[in-house]
Amino acid sequence: FQDFNPFDNLLCILLGISFTVWFTLLLVFIIVPAIFGVSFGIRQLYMKTLLKIFEWATRRIERGAKDKNHPLHKPYSNGDGSNRDLDSASEFEMSDIFYFCRRGVESIMDDEVTKRFSAEELESWNLLTRSNYNFQHISLRLTVLWGLGVVIRYGFLLPLRVTLAFTGVGLLVVLTSIIGFLPNGRTKNFLSEKVHLMCYRICVRALTAIITYHDSENKPKNGGICVANHTSPIDVIILASDGCYAMVGQIHGGLMGVIQKSMVKACPHIWFERSEVKDRHLVAKRLSDHVEDKTKLPILIFPEGTCINNTSVMMFKKGSFEIGSTVYPVAIKYDPRFGDAFWNSSQFGMVSYLLRMMSSWAIVCSVWYLPPMSREEGEDAVQFANRVKAAIARQGGLVDLLWDGGLKRGKVKDTFKEEQQKLYSKMLVGTQEDRSRS
Amino acid sequence: MGSTNSTLSKIPNVEELMRETGFSPAHIVRLYDRFESLDKEKTGHLRPEDFGAINRLAMNPIGDRIIGAFFSSGQDTVDFHSFVRILAHFRPAENNRPRDPSLPEPVNSRISKLKFAFQLYDLDKDGKISRAELLQVLRSMMEMQVTEEQLESIADRTIQEADLDRDDAISFEEFRKVPLGDTLTLTQQRVASK
Repeated sequence: FQDFNPFDNLLCILLGISFTVWFTLLLVFIIVPAIFGVSFGIRQLYMKTLLKIFEWATRRIERGAKDKNHPLHKPYSNGDGSNRDLDSASEFEMSDIFYFCRRGVESIMDDEVTKRFSAEELESWNLLTRSNYNFQHISLRLTVLWGLGVVIRYGFLLPLRVTLAFTGVGLLVVLTSIIGFLPNGRTKNFLSEKVHLMCYRICVRALTAIITYHDSENKPKNGGICVANHTSPIDVIILASDGCYAMVGQIHGGLMGVIQKSMVKACPHIWFERSEVKDRHLVAKRLSDHVEDKTKLPILIFPEGTCINNTSVMMFKKGSFEIGSTVYPVAIKYDPRFGDAFWNSSQFGMVSYLLRMMSSWAIVCSVWYLPPMSREEGEDAVQFANRVKAAIARQGGLVDLLWDGGLKRGKVKDTFKEEQQKLYSKMLVGTQEDRSRS
Repeated sequence: MGSTNSTLSKIPNVEELMRETGFSPAHIVRLYDRFESLDKEKTGHLRPEDFGAINRLAMNPIGDRIIGAFFSSGQDTVDFHSFVRILAHFRPAENNRPRDPSLPEPVNSRISKLKFAFQLYDLDKDGKISRAELLQVLRSMMEMQVTEEQLESIADRTIQEADLDRDDAISFEEFRKVPLGDTLTLTQQRVASK
């Protein structure tokens, strides 16, 4: 009976020590740098190591597939070069129908619009089964590696990240509520800025997001509107960890609601009740009032209105461009090799999405701050929106699409069909006329 | 996007389907995911309206005819097997192996591709493309952009060049002989990368 006691004590002591060590490491390597905004460079090293492993895994798969004589399913590469095919057509041939037939069948198998709404497929494999159709049992080594990956991700990384996430969010709520008690003034703004930045940086580490910011001299200033392309809810965290913004959105219930209410105590964000969202004039008025007050932070808006899968930029809704202040475009491009950040809201709910994010290897992305743009003389809101969209697409290397983000949920106008017909007939009939003249 | 094996087990007779069409398991899974995403009401069948919902297809001047090719046997729904069989026409043909004449024509051979294209022209399925049918195709490909005379002259010239037995219509044999250029090869390459 007596023998158990020292053993129990030993166990307790060991547990106590390991917890203490764990939390100290956490504090020193992650939370303190987050507070001060410095970095040890651990994440860059992590990223390089991962890339080497992925390359090895991909080569193994390709070699294995070749041995088994299985044609590898390679994803369709970006860029529709099929317009070039008809260039050499100068006279109608019976085979011309093949061109339209092929495009038709291609669109049946996969079309541009739907492709934007499902996650991007990868050429290489990043040890997550969810991103590769080709994964079958190719070799023992590969399967072992994958299994090891699962253990590391779910056993070590996930708990670590969840702890960090809770810490970050908890600190945000508590500290902003405390700051809310201060009188409005410079101290309050200064503290609020520091608190927001710190908590977002902790959240960034909770996702192991490795972000590269380019052209920081173009960062949005007070009284402006920051506009960015939208891939997932994480976009907000990524941008807000490098600068302070006023968020715009609908008030949610539950945990989100608590966070929103406490954030607004420290600095003015724009939250709408559900009923107010429908009233476009009210929305526009509140936004313009905010923008006119130069002491208030720049507004952060995602004009696409829905999450797109980060291979292209869809039509921007014109509302934010009608307000008439300076627009600061920002392009966000995720590196899909590490973890797919795209949120397919019809497939996953928010919680399962976050869990997926936290059990991926890392989220690597680049953020480009583009030079500010304003609406020019004689330009209407739609043209301005398209101009901004084109700039963002060009910078981020994304395809600039005409399609409306609303198509994800909801039909094609005849004007598009006419465009196709015009192109084709110009080619044929143009040369026919030359022939008859000669 | 589940693992390949679990999706494959959901499809009945998948082995036979793979043998018949020559698609690899990865391709079949992808086609199945696509089929499910088109089948919005989850009935297990596709109707013409489901195809019509594909924007790029609705934009295609011969989109209706392509949709018609899926429903050519007179039914108004198409199940996954028929869907895959028709798409199999577009797989690249294996030209290097000498064909065993006793076996049925592989579904993705050059001849099968030509037959598919032929039925896009020959709407009344009488085995010939009449001048009127050719005009119809030309009209849908060019619509308002050209005059009726221009359309007629193109149709006349085409029939003149292709119609060897002078019956003012193009039969399948005559269609085969028409020089088809590179478009056929591209069809193979393009769809192979899916």
